[in-house]
Amino acid sequence: MSTGIGILGYGAYLPSYRLGSDSGVRGRRVVASFDEDATTMAVEAALGLADGDVRSLWWASSTPPYLDKTNAAAAHAALRLPATVPAADLIGTARSTFAAIRAALGDGGLVLAADVRVGKPGSLDEKAGGDGAAALLLGEGDAIADVLGVASETVEVLDRWRDPQRTTGEQWEERFGFEQYADRVRAVAARLLDGAGLTEADHVVVTSGNAGITKRAGVLVKGALSSTSSPIGFSGAADPLLALAAVLDVAGPGESVLVLSAVDGCDGLLLRTTDLLATRRSVRPVASQLDGGRAVPYPTYLSWRGLLERELPRRPEPDRPAGPPSSRAGAWKFGFAGSRCTECGFLHLPPLRVCRACSAVDAMEPASAADLHGTVATFTVDRLAHSPSPPVVDVVVDFAGGGRTTLEVADADADAMAVGAEVGLAFRRLFTAGAVHNYFWKAVVR
Amino acid sequence: MASNGIKDAVAIVGMGCTRFGERWESSTDDLLLDAVGECLTSAGVARDDVDAYWLGTLGSGQSGLTLSRPLGIDHKPVTRVENYCATGSESFRNACYAVASGAYDRVMAVGVEKLKDSGFSGLLRADPPSDGTAAELSLTAPAAFSLLDPAYTAKYGVDPVAMREAMTHVAWKNHVNGARNPKAQFRKEVLREAIEGAPKVAGRLGIFDCSGVSDGAAAAMIVRAEDAYDYTDRPVFVKALALAAGPMRGGLDPAYDFTTFPEVVHSAADAYAQAGITDPRSELSLAEVHDCFTPTEIVLMEDLGFADRGQAWKDVLGGDFDLDGRMPVNVDGGLKSFGHPVGASGLRMLYEAWLQLRGEAGSRQLADPRLALTHNLGGRPGGCVSFVSVVGNQRG
Repeated sequence: MSTGIGILGYGAYLPSYRLGSDSGVRGRRVVASFDEDATTMAVEAALGLADGDVRSLWWASSTPPYLDKTNAAAAHAALRLPATVPAADLIGTARSTFAAIRAALGDGGLVLAADVRVGKPGSLDEKAGGDGAAALLLGEGDAIADVLGVASETVEVLDRWRDPQRTTGEQWEERFGFEQYADRVRAVAARLLDGAGLTEADHVVVTSGNAGITKRAGVLVKGALSSTSSPIGFSGAADPLLALAAVLDVAGPGESVLVLSAVDGCDGLLLRTTDLLATRRSVRPVASQLDGGRAVPYPTYLSWRGLLERELPRRPEPDRPAGPPSSRAGAWKFGFAGSRCTECGFLHLPPLRVCRACSAVDAMEPASAADLHGTVATFTVDRLAHSPSPPVVDVVVDFAGGGRTTLEVADADADAMAVGAEVGLAFRRLFTAGAVHNYFWKAVVR
Repeated sequence: MASNGIKDAVAIVGMGCTRFGERWESSTDDLLLDAVGECLTSAGVARDDVDAYWLGTLGSGQSGLTLSRPLGIDHKPVTRVENYCATGSESFRNACYAVASGAYDRVMAVGVEKLKDSGFSGLLRADPPSDGTAAELSLTAPAAFSLLDPAYTAKYGVDPVAMREAMTHVAWKNHVNGARNPKAQFRKEVLREAIEGAPKVAGRLGIFDCSGVSDGAAAAMIVRAEDAYDYTDRPVFVKALALAAGPMRGGLDPAYDFTTFPEVVHSAADAYAQAGITDPRSELSLAEVHDCFTPTEIVLMEDLGFADRGQAWKDVLGGDFDLDGRMPVNVDGGLKSFGHPVGASGLRMLYEAWLQLRGEAGSRQLADPRLALTHNLGGRPGGCVSFVSVVGNQRG
C-alpha cells in the first residue's frame, strides 16, 4: 500500500465485570455493565486518540443502541471532534469493521468497533462471547505500523445470523462454517503475504464467530512469533481490532502482523510495526484489563440484559431526555464542557451565564474538561432511586483545577467509596426512557 | 436586610388542620373542605365573608380552581402558589401580605397535598423537559440530605457513632411528641433500637430517619391586627415572614461543605431582624422546623442559631430540644410524625404554634409560650428555598 496512510495509534477497552461460576461459565466472561453499550465502550477505547488530526470517524457494531440515528454522532460528540469531521455507522459484523478500516485508509480516520454480545442463558454465545471495544487511528505522519495490504473474500453462508428484533442469535453447526471459512482464510493470508513479498507473518491473529476457526487459528495460518485469536472470546465487530490491539501491546519493531477475520468470508489486514510502536502503545494494555475486573452475580447480569425482570424500587420511571435541551446543552452532556468566568476564573459545571462566585453576567468562556479528574467531597448510596441496577452511588466531585459537580458512580462498589477518593470520568448511559438513551458522564474510580 | 417586615400588621384568628396520614378514604377535595371548614368555624367567619384565598400545593392540582371548584367559591380571587417543600408557608406568607397591603380584610391561606394516590415512595418531581444530566433528577431526597451526615462528622470530628445516636434522638424525640398528637400520622413512640436497626434508605439514613409520606391539609384565617380581637380573644400576631431562595451555588462550589444551609441562615437573620429578636435561644418559646430527615434537624439547630456550630449533635443528645428541654423543637411531632404533604406542612407547623400560643395543645402544652418560630425548607443541601416565620400571642 502506498497511500501514505498508516496506523497512528490504537486503543482497547474491556468492561470491568466478569461472569463467574454461578452462571455456569468457566473462566471469566467479560461483560459490559448495565450502563454501557457499543457507543460508550467505543468512546472509552478511543481515549487519547481523538486529540490529534482525526479526519473521519467510523463506528462499527453488531449491537447498535440506535437505528435511524447515527450512533457515531454521540461518539463524535463525546470525543469532542469538530463538526467538520464526518462520522458514520457501519452496522453488521466484523466485516463492517474492515469496511471502516478501508474507509479510513482513504484519507485517514478513526475506526471504532464495539459490541455487547448477548447469548441466550446457557448458550455458547453467553459462555464464550465477550463485550468490548477497540479503536484504530489511521492517518498521515509518523506511524506505529505501516499498512502493507488489505484483502477480502466474500461468501454467502448461513453460519451465524440474528433476527434484528432480538438480542440473541443463532448458529449452524460449527463444522459447516469451519469448512466454508478455512480455505478463505488461507487464501486471504496467501494473497496478502504474496503481495508483500513475505512467506509468513511474524504475528498472526485469526478471529471469527465460528469457534472451529478460532480453535484452529494457529494451524490455519501460523505466525513466526505468535499465533493468536480473540483475547476475550467472540466480541463481534470489535473482535479483529481487540485481537490486533493485544498484539500491538507486545509486538516488537519491524514485525509483520497479519489480522484475519473469518465472517461471511474472510477479511485480512497486513501491517508492519515501526520503531515508534514501543513509545506509543496503548496506556491500557488488553492483558492488564483482562486481569482486572470483578464478578457480577448471574441474576444481576441477566437483569442488565433484559433477560430477567427484577422488582424495582417503588419510584416513577425517569422522563426521557428531551431533544431541544439536549442539543442546547450538547457540549456539556456529551463533552462535559463547562464555562469559566473570565472575571474571576470560577469554573461552572454545567456551564452558566451568571457567575456563581462574582455574579458577572455573560463573562464566560467555554471550559474544556477533556481530562478532568478530582476527589470525592462527599457521597451517598441511594437505595430508593430508580436504576436498572440499584443501589445508585452518587458522589460530589471537586475537580483538580476547580469546579464541582454531582455525578453517579460507574461500576460502583458501594462499600469501597470514601471521601477523598480519586475519580475520573466515564461516558455512560444514565438510563433509557422512551427508547432514548440518556448519555452522560459518570465518575469512575481509576 | 432588605425586608421591611410587617411586624404586628396582621394576625391569625382561626386555623384548621386535618388529621395527617394515609387518607385512602379522602380526596384532595375532601381534605380541602375539612381544613377550610374547621378554619372558618375556628375564626367564626362565614365562607362568603372571606375576601381572597391563597392555595399552596406542589402537585395535587393547578390554579385557583383547585380550591374554588370543591368549595364552590363564587368568583373570589384564589391564587395557587408553589415553592417546593415550603409551599404551605408560601401560601401563608402571600396571604399575610395581601391583608397587610390593605387590599383585603379577611384572607385564608390554605395548603393541601394528596401524596398517597400515586403509589410511589417518597415525593415525586414534575420536572420540565431537560437534557437529563441534572443529579437531582435521579438522586432522591433522602440521598441528597444523607450527604449532611458524613460531611458534618468529618468537619467537626464527631464520632460517627455519636452522630448516629443524635440522629436517632431526633427521630425518637419527634415520635414521642407525635404520640401525644391526635392529628399526627404516626402516634406511637418508637424505640431507639428500632430506629437504628431500620432498613437503610440512603447513606446511613434508615426508614425512621425519613419523614413519612402522608395526605393532609391545613388553613389559616388572616385579618388586620387591629381587627383581630373582633374574632378571638387570643389572636396570634405575625412578627416576621422571611424567605430566601439560594443561588444553588453549593453544588458547583468546592467551598461548600454540606454542613449548613446558607439559605436558612439568611432567612433566619431576616426574620429575627423583622421581629426584633436578638437572642433567639432565650426569646423563642418553641420552634417547628423542617425535620425532613434527622440530620437536617441537627444542622437546622445551628443554622437557626439554637446551637453553636459543631455543637448541635451534643445539644440534641443532651435533650435541649425535647418537650421539656431549653428550646422545645417540633413539639407536635414534626414531619417525622406527620409525614410531609408538601403544600400542607408549613401551615401544619403554624397550626402547632397557634395551639401552643393559645394554650390549646393538650398534653403537649408548654408553660406560657410567647413567641414561636416555624421553619420550612424546599430543595436540598447546596440549593434550597428556606422560609422562617415568627408569630406571637402579644401585639407589640
